[in-house]
Amino acid sequence: MITTPNLTDPDGFFAALMALHEGLSDAESRRLDARLVLLLANQIGDPAVLADVLAAARRASAAPELAPGAG
Amino acid sequence: MSAEPLVYASQTARRARRTYAFLAAPDAERNGLRRVPVVIAGGGPCGLAMALDLARYGVECVVLERANCLSDGSRAICWAKRSLEFLDRLGAAAGLVARGVTWNVGKVFLGSAPEPIYTFDLLPEKDQKFPAFINLQQYYLEEALVERLAAEACVELRWQHAVKAVRQDAAGVTVDIGTPLGDYTLACDYLIAADGCRSTVRSLLGLDFAGRSFNDNFLIADIRMKAPFPAERRFWFDPPFNRGRTALMHRQPDDLWRLDFQLGPTVDRRAALEPAAVAAKVHGMLGAEIPFEYEWVSIYDFQCRRMERFVHGRVLFVGDAAHLVSPFGARGANGGLQDVDNLGWKLARVLAGRSPPALLDSYDVERCRAADENILNSARATDFMTAATPAAQAYRDAVLELARDFEFARPLVNSGRLSRPAVLDDSPLSTPEASTFEHAMRPGAPCVDAPLGSGWLLEKLGGRFVALHFAADDAAQRQVPAGVELVVVRPADDREGLAARRYDAAPGTTYLVRPDQHVCARWRAFDPHALDAAVKRATVH
Repeated sequence: MITTPNLTDPDGFFAALMALHEGLSDAESRRLDARLVLLLANQIGDPAVLADVLAAARRASAAPELAPGAG
Repeated sequence: MSAEPLVYASQTARRARRTYAFLAAPDAERNGLRRVPVVIAGGGPCGLAMALDLARYGVECVVLERANCLSDGSRAICWAKRSLEFLDRLGAAAGLVARGVTWNVGKVFLGSAPEPIYTFDLLPEKDQKFPAFINLQQYYLEEALVERLAAEACVELRWQHAVKAVRQDAAGVTVDIGTPLGDYTLACDYLIAADGCRSTVRSLLGLDFAGRSFNDNFLIADIRMKAPFPAERRFWFDPPFNRGRTALMHRQPDDLWRLDFQLGPTVDRRAALEPAAVAAKVHGMLGAEIPFEYEWVSIYDFQCRRMERFVHGRVLFVGDAAHLVSPFGARGANGGLQDVDNLGWKLARVLAGRSPPALLDSYDVERCRAADENILNSARATDFMTAATPAAQAYRDAVLELARDFEFARPLVNSGRLSRPAVLDDSPLSTPEASTFEHAMRPGAPCVDAPLGSGWLLEKLGGRFVALHFAADDAAQRQVPAGVELVVVRPADDREGLAARRYDAAPGTTYLVRPDQHVCARWRAFDPHALDAAVKRATVH
């Protein structure tokens, strides 16, 4: 699993992701995210990397909330 | 199939099942205690096959069946290649295949699209004696086994004899039996519980049956109609006639069709079984004008459960009594027949004093693992369809949406992973391999078939330990250890080289094959001492 920056344009990617969800209901957004996860998972393929990614995603959500106004 | 049938929607098209005469136990048994080597509780597919298998080894047994007729209702219909291979060894497969509907292909449809999004061939390796599946009503299979049993002098099949109490100690088991003419008692060395998912024997012994239920309901309709659909498994996600849910269609003999409609977690069962409600679904699937009659309609929910152990002293559990799966994947009856195949030769050896009772522990280890595999596969399929949480629904729908356009998503569509025989990895009976082979036919794997001479390779295996030796046409005869039979495969018989290819074999390659047609060990060169050691290990000597 790559944990160092690997996106050439982080802000641009984030904005594209937000634009993707524009005007969608919660349910539609959820399905879109699911399609995205499946497409990306297929790009990775390697089961060991996928297992690491799943575990890391779960760990991150267990971390404390970001403090308001941080940064 | 598991779970609770509720109501017949109609009885008009149902054909009467064959019934069998009650015969009282002989006076001698009712007055005194008779001891037989094996008593089998339950006359379903597993109990009947168990008796036939034990008869092949000359083991005397009594089968107790509480009913006086074959199974009724919407039961198992899909019989897998591995089951047919086992039934062939029991002398029962040819008639079943002739009567059944042969199929190899499954198709998955999405929405109203007329073309499937996903098609799978369950027999990718052709040139085998049996197809991937036949569809045949369970009562026909039972009928064929009952007929075969009539020719076996060492088996008694007793209709309307019900187990009422079971006691066991280190020396044996006693079974109290109720009949229309009063009770009697039989003693036996081993009791085999093949008495189904509501096993009386399991209840009497107070044993566990842990697992889970799925929060969903399925309407199963067996209908009679003349229809042109091909012999293939058809599965729908979100079809127009059952929006947001699934449906399944299987062809059976006698113009009978198995239709299955997912109903969802909350359903008014009585309303869903109203003839008009059922007819709306059937006509939606098949077209408004098609005439049909009902054979059986009921609503099921599904469970996956298994006993913690299948061997309890001298009481041995097989089939649904030991483990229960949801039906998507046809892993119930097919898994049960693999239990029977696994247990028969071991029990026969123990009863003959040729192996210690510890050999039966391997039945427990091997088949508990196989049951876990079946439960895992059928639970995953049912979870995919049922999608119990909002996240699960989103991912299921995402998979289906992507599967329309992208090939990569199609293997994620889970309409049931159909029964395949378990690979008995890490079996205590296998000898770990020292040579380099391709992975597929490793120790523990079920033997794969191939053409051989004018017949089939699997016809040469099974029923005893076999040294399967691949040799050049002019190779010298080999001497095998006692208790092993030599089967030599020569290029002259393996004309297209399929057997050699499927077994990754070159001249000299030798497999030790168990009586249940699982690979026990394999070597690159013939070595009688290694063979002998592997047989001793496999028979717990």
